[in-house]
Amino acid sequence: MPKRTDIHSVLVLGSGPIQIGQACEFDYSGTQALKALREEGIRTILLNSNPASIMTDPDRADATYIEPLTLTVLEKIIQTEKPDAMLPTVGGQTALNLAMEAHQSGVLEKYGVKLIGAQPAAIERGEDRKVFKALMDELGLETCRGGFAHTMAEARELLQGTGFPAIIRPSFTLGGSGGGIAYNIEEFEIICQRGLDLSPTKQLLIEESILGWKEFELEVVRDLDDNVEVICSIENLDPMGIHTGDSITVAPALTLTDPEYQRMRNAAIAVIRGVGVETGGSNIQFALNPEDARIIVIEMNPRVSRSSALASKATGFPIAWVATKLALGYRLWELPNVITGLTKAAFEPVLDYVVIKIPRFTFEKFPLAEKVLGTQMKSVGEVMAIGRTFQEALQKGLRSLEEGHDGLTGAMEGKLDLARLREHLLIPGPERIFWLYHALKAGHTVEELHRLTKINEWFLREMEELVILEGRLRGFGLDRLPGELLEKAKRAGFSDGQIATCCGGVDTEVKARRHSLGIHPVFKRVDTCAGEFEAETPYLYSTWEYGQEGGDSGNEASPSARKKAIVLGSGPNRIGQGVEFDCCCVQAVEAIRASGVEAILINCNPETVSTDFDTSDRLYFEPLTHEHVKAIVRREAQNGELLGVFTQFGGQTPLKLSGRLHAEGVPLLGTPHQTIMDAEDRERFGHVLSRLDIPVAKWGMASSFDQALTVAHQIGYPVMVRPSFVLGGRAMAVVFDDEGLSKYMREATAVNEDQPVLLDRYLDGAQELDVDLVCDGKDAFIAGVMAHIEEAGIHSGDSFAVFPALGIEESVLETVRTQSLKLALELGVHGLMNLQWAIKDDIAYCLEANPRASRTVPFISKATGVNWAGIAARIGLGQSLSEQKISDGEALAVAVKGVVFPFAKFPGVDPVLGPEMKSTGEVMGIGDTFGEAYAKALIAAGVPLPLSGTVFLSVNDHDKPKLSELAKKLTDLGFALCATEGTARHLENADGLTVRRIFKVNEGRPHAVDLLKNGEIDWVINTPLGRNAFFDEGAIRKESLRLKIPCLTNLNAALAACEAMETLRGDTRVRTLQGLKQP
Amino acid sequence: MRAHLILKDGAMFRGRAPLGFGGAGEAVFTTAMTGYQEILTDPSFAGQLVTMTFPEQGIYGIHSDLSESSKPWATGMLCRRVSGTPDHTLSESDLGGWLKRHRIPLMTDLDTRALTHYIRDTGSQSAIIWTESDGSLEEGKTKAAGLPDMTGQALCSAVSCKDRYEIANDDAKFRVSVLDGGIKKSILRLLHAAGLHLEVFPWDAPASELLAPRFHGVFLSNGPGDPAALPGMQREVAKLIGERPIFGICLGHQLLAHAFGGSTYKMKFGHRGANQPVLDLQTGRVEITAQNHGFAVDDSSLPPPIEVTHRHLSDNTVEGLRHKTLPIFSLQHHPEASPGPHDARDAFGRFGRMLEAYHA
Repeated sequence: MPKRTDIHSVLVLGSGPIQIGQACEFDYSGTQALKALREEGIRTILLNSNPASIMTDPDRADATYIEPLTLTVLEKIIQTEKPDAMLPTVGGQTALNLAMEAHQSGVLEKYGVKLIGAQPAAIERGEDRKVFKALMDELGLETCRGGFAHTMAEARELLQGTGFPAIIRPSFTLGGSGGGIAYNIEEFEIICQRGLDLSPTKQLLIEESILGWKEFELEVVRDLDDNVEVICSIENLDPMGIHTGDSITVAPALTLTDPEYQRMRNAAIAVIRGVGVETGGSNIQFALNPEDARIIVIEMNPRVSRSSALASKATGFPIAWVATKLALGYRLWELPNVITGLTKAAFEPVLDYVVIKIPRFTFEKFPLAEKVLGTQMKSVGEVMAIGRTFQEALQKGLRSLEEGHDGLTGAMEGKLDLARLREHLLIPGPERIFWLYHALKAGHTVEELHRLTKINEWFLREMEELVILEGRLRGFGLDRLPGELLEKAKRAGFSDGQIATCCGGVDTEVKARRHSLGIHPVFKRVDTCAGEFEAETPYLYSTWEYGQEGGDSGNEASPSARKKAIVLGSGPNRIGQGVEFDCCCVQAVEAIRASGVEAILINCNPETVSTDFDTSDRLYFEPLTHEHVKAIVRREAQNGELLGVFTQFGGQTPLKLSGRLHAEGVPLLGTPHQTIMDAEDRERFGHVLSRLDIPVAKWGMASSFDQALTVAHQIGYPVMVRPSFVLGGRAMAVVFDDEGLSKYMREATAVNEDQPVLLDRYLDGAQELDVDLVCDGKDAFIAGVMAHIEEAGIHSGDSFAVFPALGIEESVLETVRTQSLKLALELGVHGLMNLQWAIKDDIAYCLEANPRASRTVPFISKATGVNWAGIAARIGLGQSLSEQKISDGEALAVAVKGVVFPFAKFPGVDPVLGPEMKSTGEVMGIGDTFGEAYAKALIAAGVPLPLSGTVFLSVNDHDKPKLSELAKKLTDLGFALCATEGTARHLENADGLTVRRIFKVNEGRPHAVDLLKNGEIDWVINTPLGRNAFFDEGAIRKESLRLKIPCLTNLNAALAACEAMETLRGDTRVRTLQGLKQP
Repeated sequence: MRAHLILKDGAMFRGRAPLGFGGAGEAVFTTAMTGYQEILTDPSFAGQLVTMTFPEQGIYGIHSDLSESSKPWATGMLCRRVSGTPDHTLSESDLGGWLKRHRIPLMTDLDTRALTHYIRDTGSQSAIIWTESDGSLEEGKTKAAGLPDMTGQALCSAVSCKDRYEIANDDAKFRVSVLDGGIKKSILRLLHAAGLHLEVFPWDAPASELLAPRFHGVFLSNGPGDPAALPGMQREVAKLIGERPIFGICLGHQLLAHAFGGSTYKMKFGHRGANQPVLDLQTGRVEITAQNHGFAVDDSSLPPPIEVTHRHLSDNTVEGLRHKTLPIFSLQHHPEASPGPHDARDAFGRFGRMLEAYHA
């Protein structure tokens, strides 16, 4: 049966801003879905608030709405576009929830919009715990034993089913507090009693303990004819107890016997049928008790997920693309297997390699957060690595994380306190894999480590083999290292650097030795079929093979005879480097392809569009390290003409590689190495600025505390201090006096000759601007100038920003534009550059310049309707700006960039902003006025402001002068005010306003937190004092966060919010990106 | 010990022979990612060196309940890597030790992907695992060149049971005679689970025994080798037609085709794996099946009363047959799987229903 004929237009829901647990995997799935729909001639309409995504590029859909993902917006779009159907299964939980809201409110029915992919009933069955459990019982499948109790009697009854140990979780307590594990009846009584007292709803979830069981996931697709197939099995190396997003996982499942696997497969098929997901992909999680092989169903997602993105990359089977086609009515056997081109999509992919996924954490951004992993996901990104063995994949994966590990061996040497080993093995944290390595190295046995961690012995034994191999390598100097052992190490995934660490010497010497022995990597293809059929698609990974006698057989790279260029990707998502850079890479790749040059992409992030097998002409799924990149360069240069490597699109990751590539004679495309050095090296950059007479805040470097004090006194407090090798605002702080500086130097950073600290005069109260521009060495044009809404001192990545830069003197803007262009030409930029400026007293100070694509390029591209990354790529290929007919970017509307933060996932962390970036994702609000755009950005960022009610004001002395203006505006808008004594008196005396008085937390009651808890405060405006944050402030912000009461910590933002209020109260208009285009 | 896999055409792949000895057979590959023990003990692999395309083997060791027969029948295992120590609670031995006990040669560290491509492109061919203690590479090449081909080999006699035996089923309504050409235990288990009382006969049992009055139906098993090289079995199977309901799997299916006057041919590299899509032409649905065959039925050779019921989605080859009027059907793939997905397991129920209908 061919596709349905009743669908001519489809509305696709995206997933909104990147957050922990919902990242760019949905950009990947959404982009695939749009592609699949357009291939069928279907009109596509997209709703997504995230401008940093590829899917929101205006040429991906027929109508692109970058608007908040709310029911109001959705209804307006449906009203305008009248789509036949809506696809809610490729945009994560956000899209699914919005679709359900639309269904329940009757909007879909009202406009006759069909849901495709999953029906509401199926979504409910999959998502509602109780319904799901009942369904599993009906299907004869086991779920976790247990249930909800509201009394001690009910609790005791549940205990009959769960047995000991029993897991007790009181409902709705902060961070799950008050729960516990009971091993005997006495403990059980105590924990349950305590839990019932603590739970506001007097409810306990009591379940059997499945901690330590093996954990698996199956990715399943189903078509309308009820054909079901399992695309991929995934096994968690970390057993039950750690969120699968935070677990190291492997594909395919490795430790299951065939009967065990088939039981799980049968169960997965029964689940997708039972839940009734009509078409498309689902993800089903299982736990298996290794003692008796009992299998229980944990949960299912009736949509594509993070794991299905991983499964797609791991197998080559494009789940989201196939799922979309199935939603249109195609049968699996009617769809081609796009990798082989020969066979059909009706089959189950088989692998002839091992895939590993390793999560990327950013606990260093949240020093107060507990570094403990549990059922709440905390990682912000992930890497995937492919090897022919688990050992090889593991080492490649750890290397890909870009956390300074070259692999497993040698990682965190001397950095772990082995006296605390037991604790770190029992309580898993983000570094457990390294604790295991060091434990093995210290002679602990596999059995012992298994007892402590429940990690399957096979994985531990594989790690032990690596430790043993490391020991053997250490027995030789490099010159005496037997070739056979060297090759064995390479096959076990050792990098040249790791071998050098063991044998002495440096990686280039190992490489030379290797080359003299003729030991080179080979490249294999990911082909869905383990070599059974020929693969058309060059999706490649490196490995090491003994090969065939008489030839380098087994190398499947087969470089083409064409002109080609390599684009280096951005590696794992992290705070400071996320989907924006992937977006730039993809745009660059497409521009290169359109220029008739073969585009080759290297990246290791499975969540991205860039690692989709048909984004580039050739994809190498490899770690972004010098050795791996160089091996690819070597291979690709063997045929055709390799023009060079682009290092400016993937953020800081490729930029870091450019120095060595340049030194070894690999041509860099676009901005030359010299320019990168001039911009990145603070001294050199300082010279360039002074040559051009560009003002710069006073600064200095120090390699000791005394020196730092001297410099600080020279330039004057407040001072922004940071390590000189800083990335993404890591370990940056503003200090106000000697005491603050000494505290920073003591706690935040190590300082010595090799690692000096950088001190800048902090321009307090300044206005910051972000500039993106393009330059070809001869001409330069401004892509856009954005004004931060928060004042300087808050990391640019954490600031709301507006484009065009409203509220800035035109003369100042002109200076910034001219100076930026001058600087680009002076530096000799070929491609993109991002600059940060601070305006104080009408003087524009240049803060920094990054000779690469920036976080804001996708945002500016959408706001100007110009593909700036594509232009930069063409510059790199030699097309000048005049040839490309480029001029300055012009705003098509007012656009505000908003940001979202992960504070809710890190209990104990003070949700306050500063120079260290903390946001995970961004949104865009588009409007005719600033107010409209800002209001939309706030809604999209999930901090919708109250339209009425009471505002609690608490501001520092610095902000007091501006307080009157704000308080008056709020009163005019009809808000009631409350404040602590000092602020209240100030407002009453100076402005004659009525202000309710409340106590500070340590002064008496009722205090601010009491009122928050009682629901008497609807909005908190609290600017921090800047020095030692008061106990008060922390408590207030934390409570607001918990109760989801908006809390603004910046007065400028609060003033802006008042402007937005009018729009928020009125009727907002929605617009397509395509409609913004001026003729 | 270093070793080479030397193919009959002279191609040589480097690797190791950790057990210290080599051996010969037809080099084939299977893409199944689980179930090495079931594969090695499947009698249909007799005479073959099995390449495992999945590179990590032996992870969970050897289990007493996973073997498909009394011993490994493959003449060798070719792989990228075998883990030394198994992890599994229920495992009784490691894979290498078990192979060694059964004198089955093992080759590791092969570029199994390159080898798979080679077999795919040049076709399955005989090969030898040639260790460094076996002699020079030239000697190995000569030895390999002289190896016999799989075509024309009759191997059932080696793997079949020698004497008739019974698998009792007290609740059974039907008693079925089973012709053992190298049957897998899981087939017997599923026939039994379908409510049948089984009597298993050696490969050369005459039709008259299989058609003894006590039998309600006949089952024709899988087995190794070239079906065309078994004229005796073909003749006996022909005598069964029209006498009782018949169900055949793999070799059984091919023998039926011959019995109807059709023919089989050697495929280039066959179908071996657990992900093979088969389209059921009657329902329009796809079953993901386990397969293990190097020969296939030529559908142009089939007489009119025979209908093709299943086809392979990748190459359209015949995967299932039935007689239009008589209660006879057969499958090329393995509905019992083991290893592999259970999608096609209803075939055993279908046989049960056929017996019901026939004897109603």
